[in-house]
Amino acid sequence: MTQSHSLTATDPARSARFRLDREGWISLSLLLILVVGASAAYLAGESFFVNLATRMVIIALAGVGLNLALGFGGMVSFGHAAYFGLGGYVAGIGAFHAFDMTPALGIPFLPNGSDQLIPLWLTAIALCGLLAYGIGRLSLGTSGVYFIMITLAFAQMIYYFAISWPTYGGEDGLPIYIRNQLWGLNTNNSLVFFFLCFGLLMLALSFCHRLLGSRFGAALTMARLNPVRLATSGVEPRPIKLVAFVISGMITGLAGALFADLNGFVGTSMLDWHRSGEIMVIVILGGVGRLYGPVAGAMLFVAMEFWLGGLTEYWQFFLGLVLLAVVLFARGGVFGLLAGRSRHE
Amino acid sequence: MNEAVLSIQNLNKRFGALHATKEVSINVMPGEIHALIGPNGAGKSTLIAQIAGTLPPDSGSLWLDGQSLDSLSVAARARLGLGRSFQVSSLAESLSVRRNVMMAVQALQGSSFRFWKPVNNDASLREPADAVLAQMALTDRADTPVAELSHGERRQVEVACALALKPKVLLLDEPMAGLGPEGTAKLTTLLETLKHQVPILLIEHDMDAVFRLADRISVLVAGEVIAHGNSDTIRNDPNVREAYLGDDHA
Amino acid sequence: MTLSLLFEQLLNGLQLGTMLFLMASGLTLVFGVMGLINLAHGSFYMTGAFVTAWVTGTTGNFWVGLLAGMLAAAAVGAVVEFAVIRRLYHRDHLDQVLATFALILIFSEGTRWLYGSSPLWLNVPDSLAGSVMLPFGVEYPLYRLAIIGMGVLIAMGLYLLISRTRLGMRIRAGENDREMIGALGVDISTLYTLVFALGAGLAGLAGATIGALQSVQVGMGEPVLILAFVVIVIGGIGSIKGALVGALLVGVVDTLGRVLLPDLFKLFMEASAASGVGAAIASMLIYILMAIILIFKPNGLFAVKH
Repeated sequence: MTQSHSLTATDPARSARFRLDREGWISLSLLLILVVGASAAYLAGESFFVNLATRMVIIALAGVGLNLALGFGGMVSFGHAAYFGLGGYVAGIGAFHAFDMTPALGIPFLPNGSDQLIPLWLTAIALCGLLAYGIGRLSLGTSGVYFIMITLAFAQMIYYFAISWPTYGGEDGLPIYIRNQLWGLNTNNSLVFFFLCFGLLMLALSFCHRLLGSRFGAALTMARLNPVRLATSGVEPRPIKLVAFVISGMITGLAGALFADLNGFVGTSMLDWHRSGEIMVIVILGGVGRLYGPVAGAMLFVAMEFWLGGLTEYWQFFLGLVLLAVVLFARGGVFGLLAGRSRHE
Repeated sequence: MNEAVLSIQNLNKRFGALHATKEVSINVMPGEIHALIGPNGAGKSTLIAQIAGTLPPDSGSLWLDGQSLDSLSVAARARLGLGRSFQVSSLAESLSVRRNVMMAVQALQGSSFRFWKPVNNDASLREPADAVLAQMALTDRADTPVAELSHGERRQVEVACALALKPKVLLLDEPMAGLGPEGTAKLTTLLETLKHQVPILLIEHDMDAVFRLADRISVLVAGEVIAHGNSDTIRNDPNVREAYLGDDHA
Repeated sequence: MTLSLLFEQLLNGLQLGTMLFLMASGLTLVFGVMGLINLAHGSFYMTGAFVTAWVTGTTGNFWVGLLAGMLAAAAVGAVVEFAVIRRLYHRDHLDQVLATFALILIFSEGTRWLYGSSPLWLNVPDSLAGSVMLPFGVEYPLYRLAIIGMGVLIAMGLYLLISRTRLGMRIRAGENDREMIGALGVDISTLYTLVFALGAGLAGLAGATIGALQSVQVGMGEPVLILAFVVIVIGGIGSIKGALVGALLVGVVDTLGRVLLPDLFKLFMEASAASGVGAAIASMLIYILMAIILIFKPNGLFAVKH
């Protein structure tokens, strides 16, 4: 039984379990670089670089969420910043009220916020799932460029809403003075927080891998490749896409909550359309529809941001050039270049 | 008297001034191949779209095995047992033949909302798929991506996907189109055996195949059925000869 | 809420709508004819404003500056089309979004590099300064009226272009069947460059005229771009009529919303909360409008059938 490389790249259910193909080796290497790099930086006392690695991990997680909808589901959402921001605000508002000891959102029967990570993460995931369900229900009736625009519109709505709400900082944003806690761990320790985020990234990646190899994943792949074929086979495409969209929003939302804690701050910049574009950029940079694509993309992007940003304050000019070059000439992103045939047709 | 498996009753569809489907009534009985022929522009595609569920008719009704198809989605009709192949192949090009067929098997077995067990080695999906592939003589192409298949082979995969649904009726849209003589012969033989398993509504241009295969023929011209009967009846019907068979149809 | 205030705000809404129409018509033409989403359209708006400001500052003549701004934007559009855009026509929308997003970064940061972050100055020309007495006791700036008038002229001009000229015929044919007009021997490359440059020129004109009212600075095109996308989605992508209707609708709804909603909320809320909530809802209003329209008409109000 032949297993052509193109099948491996395009058919998530066929990815080898115990043998690693080139894509697998690259994925593994990326993870190792992150872990080794962060640990080495910590031992060298450079917590700045540990936080840089954590930033890569968190942005990768945001991209993993988007990639599920975009790369594997074929839904080009230009509004994922909505979930990233909502997750961040959950963490921020939770910490705010815990600090203040007042009920969340000023509503009496809600708890006094929380500075515990697990409840915050679960709340972020739940709320983002609800939001994605609502937006998905309303948006998945459209397709093509209309879908892109309507998802953008919903994200803009939430952005303007957040700017206008003064209690939680409005345009200035909301600081998180003390990083939220998890059991007895010292989350203020940069390496501890790194491994927390890394653990969540691995959890998300494993979950997506499993999901994509399942019957649901097969249906989702077909919904992307040929929805007419899917319907003719007897499966309604819309509910499948909606579920994928909701899960996608949840994962990106979790990343947002982590991002807020990393920076000790949540602001409306987590909700603007540049952020949506940025998350899309890292997915493309890494390679659309490659499971570990966002990891590669995030590492590349944050590295460029840091390195180029140190060289010139106009680093986004060069980022634009690199991005343009990738879109025009390296269509499969990092994984396309390194691991062969791009699945992005 | 046998009940019709697929019953199309008084179907009508207008596009502005164009009456594309005029009071069309056709039924497909168990064990038969019912061919639908007609010149280009007769409205065959419009009719198929209404049967399959992509185009709602203005009036009339559709019944599959006694159940109403009206207002059901394409997927719902497929689940009820309407198997369909497309004139222009509609498959997932980058996936293998087997994976395409497995999707139909998966749909037949019920919920696609299973998130855990890998599909790749799932025998409950592979075995039925492989059985259908064997029936279509496609076993040695099972792992090949559809994009690499010849035109004729893609047709076979389409039929395989429809068969995997264990359909109650097969709607085949010009399955011979673009096949060479060898491919046509193979498909004709296959359809002859298939009809005992599942009745077929066959839309075709290839007259030789039609006259060889069809138990009954309906002739569609300008949106309405102008003649109906077996091969001899149709061959000798003057209206049909004038409207259709008089043209060079090779 | 007096009648004169309402009328004045209505005019402001029309003026905003006019400017949005200039932006949206270019966007919708490009999408309709070439099937391309162009996020960098806001950069042409910015280019027009910057060149106009600079040339007006150098020559002292607003009209020369305006012409220069428009031509510069069109020229930049043509160059960008030749260098980058034409490679994207056959790519999917995701690639187009990404590539043109990259162009935004390049244009914005490049402009910041050249001109710095502080705004440039552009003043309303003396010939159009001052105000005019209008019905309902409204004293309205002449310049803004001129913008509305310009919008009417441009709309008529575009209508004539599309329906009466050979170029317009080719554009309409191109919108209907892209492959066919190539097969019929129409020079597609030139047509596309022309359409793209026309759109860019209109955007530049919009930027130049608004630059006199607001400040000319980097990133000024972005909020306008998003609004323009909302307009063409509401109007139906590919339809100039849709762009006009959508632009006027968005302009008026947005302007009136911002003025009326806080007052509306003041009816049953205390003043400061009402202002806050009113302003928040007002800024979300056109997105809500777009979402509602898309739910009932998924392809916009005047969708072009392909």
